[in-house]
Amino acid sequence: MDTSIWRPILYLIGVMAFAGVNAAWLGWCERKGAGHIQRRIGPKEVGPYGLLQPLADGIKLMTKQLLVPQGVDGILFRVAPVLAMIPAITSMVAIPFSATFHARPIELSVLLIFALASIGMMAILLGGWASNNKYSLISAARSVSQNVAYEIPMLITVITIVMLSGSMNLEEIALQQKGGFWNWYIFPIAGQSIAQAIIMPVSFLIFFTCSVAETNRAPFDMAEAESELIAGHMTEYGSMGFGLFMMGEYLNIVVGACLTAILFFGGWDSPLPFIPSGVLWFVLKIYLLIFTFIWIRWTYPRTQIYKLLNLSWKILIPFSLAILLLTAVFIKIEGILI
Amino acid sequence: MSIIRETKWALLELFPEQKATEAEAEVAAWNKIIADARAKAEAEEAAKAKAAAKAAEKAGEKTEAAEKAPEEAPPPEAAPAEETAPAEEEPVPEMDPEGDPPVSIEPESPRPLGVLVRDYKARGVHLDVLCSPDQVVEAAKLLTGAGYFLESVTGVDWIKEEQMEVDYDFNRTDGPLCRVVVRTRLPRSAPEVPTVSDICPGAGWHERETHDFFGIKFIGHPYLVPILLPEDADYHPLLKDFTP
Amino acid sequence: MTEPILCTPDETFVLNLGPQHPATHGVLRVKLTMDGEYIVEAEPVLGYIHRMHEKMAENGTFAQFMPNTPRMDYLSALSFNQGYCMAVERAAGIEVPERAEYIRTITVELNRISSHLLWWGAFILDLGGFTPLLYAFDDREKILDLLEHVTGSRLTYCYYRFGGVYNDIDDEFITGTREFIKRLRSRMPTLYHDLVTGNIILIKRLKDIGHISPEVCRKYGATGPVLRGSGIEYDVRKNEPYSIYPELDFDIPHYPEGDCMARYMVRMDEIEQSLRIIEQSLDKLPGGPVQAKVPKTLKPPAGDCYAAVEAAKGTFGCRLICDGDKGPYRLKLRSPCFSNLSLFGEIAEGMLLADALAVMGSLDLVIPEIDR
Repeated sequence: MDTSIWRPILYLIGVMAFAGVNAAWLGWCERKGAGHIQRRIGPKEVGPYGLLQPLADGIKLMTKQLLVPQGVDGILFRVAPVLAMIPAITSMVAIPFSATFHARPIELSVLLIFALASIGMMAILLGGWASNNKYSLISAARSVSQNVAYEIPMLITVITIVMLSGSMNLEEIALQQKGGFWNWYIFPIAGQSIAQAIIMPVSFLIFFTCSVAETNRAPFDMAEAESELIAGHMTEYGSMGFGLFMMGEYLNIVVGACLTAILFFGGWDSPLPFIPSGVLWFVLKIYLLIFTFIWIRWTYPRTQIYKLLNLSWKILIPFSLAILLLTAVFIKIEGILI
Repeated sequence: MSIIRETKWALLELFPEQKATEAEAEVAAWNKIIADARAKAEAEEAAKAKAAAKAAEKAGEKTEAAEKAPEEAPPPEAAPAEETAPAEEEPVPEMDPEGDPPVSIEPESPRPLGVLVRDYKARGVHLDVLCSPDQVVEAAKLLTGAGYFLESVTGVDWIKEEQMEVDYDFNRTDGPLCRVVVRTRLPRSAPEVPTVSDICPGAGWHERETHDFFGIKFIGHPYLVPILLPEDADYHPLLKDFTP
Repeated sequence: MTEPILCTPDETFVLNLGPQHPATHGVLRVKLTMDGEYIVEAEPVLGYIHRMHEKMAENGTFAQFMPNTPRMDYLSALSFNQGYCMAVERAAGIEVPERAEYIRTITVELNRISSHLLWWGAFILDLGGFTPLLYAFDDREKILDLLEHVTGSRLTYCYYRFGGVYNDIDDEFITGTREFIKRLRSRMPTLYHDLVTGNIILIKRLKDIGHISPEVCRKYGATGPVLRGSGIEYDVRKNEPYSIYPELDFDIPHYPEGDCMARYMVRMDEIEQSLRIIEQSLDKLPGGPVQAKVPKTLKPPAGDCYAAVEAAKGTFGCRLICDGDKGPYRLKLRSPCFSNLSLFGEIAEGMLLADALAVMGSLDLVIPEIDR
């Protein structure tokens, strides 16, 4: 491995740029997507197709004063938005964009990303707690219970993948799925094992549901359910405080989409073997997934917090546990047979 | 029996005097109907004397039935429908025990306490009750017991007569339509009336509103604070002598 | 309900929902005593846009109050317009020409559909679904165009006059209305029912939430879709027929469940019934004048009368007391949402915040009409 100082710096810049561009322009994508789903055209005034809208928004947010209301916990109040952003950017470091295109190959990258995702939740908790606002407080309480509930099935599903691939390295997991779409973990045809053939689609559904919930997206956007809690943890935030929360949310979506793409869709692998694989495939996959996120958000009404928790504790966790168990059994049987 | 008639007699419980006179009038009317029916039957009998025997028999039955009726008539609720065959077959416009009671004659002003039957086409209500303030609760109990609900409460400031009026509009959701308005007059200097919010909780807000606008005190109301006006409002804008 | 709130228990806190809150659709405040996310006590606080319409009525002539009526319930303005007109016509003994009655029915039912469509969008918005609002507005826009064509305004229509309507409808309106009926009929099953009504999340959010029993409705005087959602088949148009409704064939949708879903379904079915009413009225539309001969200054005889109409939200009643003068001596406006909201305190008890907001949405509140 090249250990020169330039490589990390270059990658750092690359990751930062990727994160920043995504955080800004996903907002545009969301608005444009919502517009077309709602039979209107969305942003169109600033720049061609409204493409410069994020810049205008950014300038507006940055030039506004960060208002710290009376009675809030000043330090936590200021730290929270930053905390929303940092873990999401940091996770990018561990994500392999292609076989040769990653910031830092980390042996336990799966573990790292999930650890960072848990920190991301702290931002909502701190923001809600520090705001000295009852709506924010309810939002914080909701988001903690929601994240605790959904991290469990998500992790169990990931353990299934780890068992199948025998690795906690995202790069390794992606490499195992190479050679055409029938090798991807999501598809039940001609998988590498019987276990994959039968249960991986279910596993994918659980994982995807959880990632929607983990990123606080509709229909699971309990933390910022604006018809109930106004803006939840962001109620008291203005200017870049709000901006950072929003960017953090979009980056979380990107990370969620990257993880889904690597764990279930073969990462940068092209669907057919004779088409060269590469970073473009990866990008295509994550944006398709992100579009699905947007599509879901603008189609469904919001669930209710207790029903959401019931879904996790009563359906997703038992199912994911059963899948884990079945996978283990299948792997064992295969081990005996072969 | 028609719901209007039923409600009217139920409400007349509150006004024994009017009930007595109405009952008398009813009896008189009944007697008149019966007499008319009998006369008619007799006339028919005479006319049809030469006709077939069947027709004569039938007319005789009718007379028998009519003879029974007078004893049953006085309390008109008890006036049984099946025994009033003549009225049924030959509808008498002034008094139809199945149908709605006739519209009352407009009383002289000031109007005495009691129940009036109104022309629905012109007034939009069927029964119009004027009672004393302490009878309001009783009336509300009677009406809610009979399946009515309170639709609205209206205050009126009759400044010339030095009086306030509170109108309670009752309506029912099932069966034929019958709108009842219960009115009461209060002295303008000390407008106080017992609350009906414990009987129909929906009145709670309406009474608060009336209290806001007129300063009418609803005695026994659990939470008589301004509802539409600001919390600290001490004025009553719908009073005729209100100046902002 | 009306007890003063004593927020002494350690475990509860007071949450002021409103007066500015996305779910209250206006300036309504609900003082909630909460235990976590459960509501211990809910007390609606009204009057933030109280304008004292009743005093305004006393200060002017009968005709001068006319433009006030659509400003109460701006979503079904014509119902309120009609209610007030009916009260004055009843007091003054004015007969309305038949054609005018038909035009009133067509326009008021169009207005009812537009009100229900807006409610539908806003209700789903309360539940967190954004897109249906835009779809509903798309259809509502067509109604606004049609009504603008005949009434001249898009929201606060003041179209009816004592003894008729302001101007006659033309062929453009009639063909436009027929086209709209066809359009909405084709969109209802797919866009409205397949996309939203059949959605599992929506069903989970609405089914068995917020039971309102018929007894509670009667206790609080709730009317309209709230009452019909509790299984009582009561509609002023049927029970107390006015205008030309007795001549038309339509049903009163009612659902016995009494939950949010029932109220939702009642309104969705009412849209279809309104379409039927409009269609029949257009078919039967007679010729003739649209305005009766009415003296310039009305001076109804002294006395009082009551007129009720079925507005989109429930029974709108007008108690008009005249003293033989040019204006009302007293005009009481019985607005449906005032009574419909008064039961909220009782049913919200022990409910989750999110469910209580779903219930509040299902009551279809219009705040200016409550506050008057």
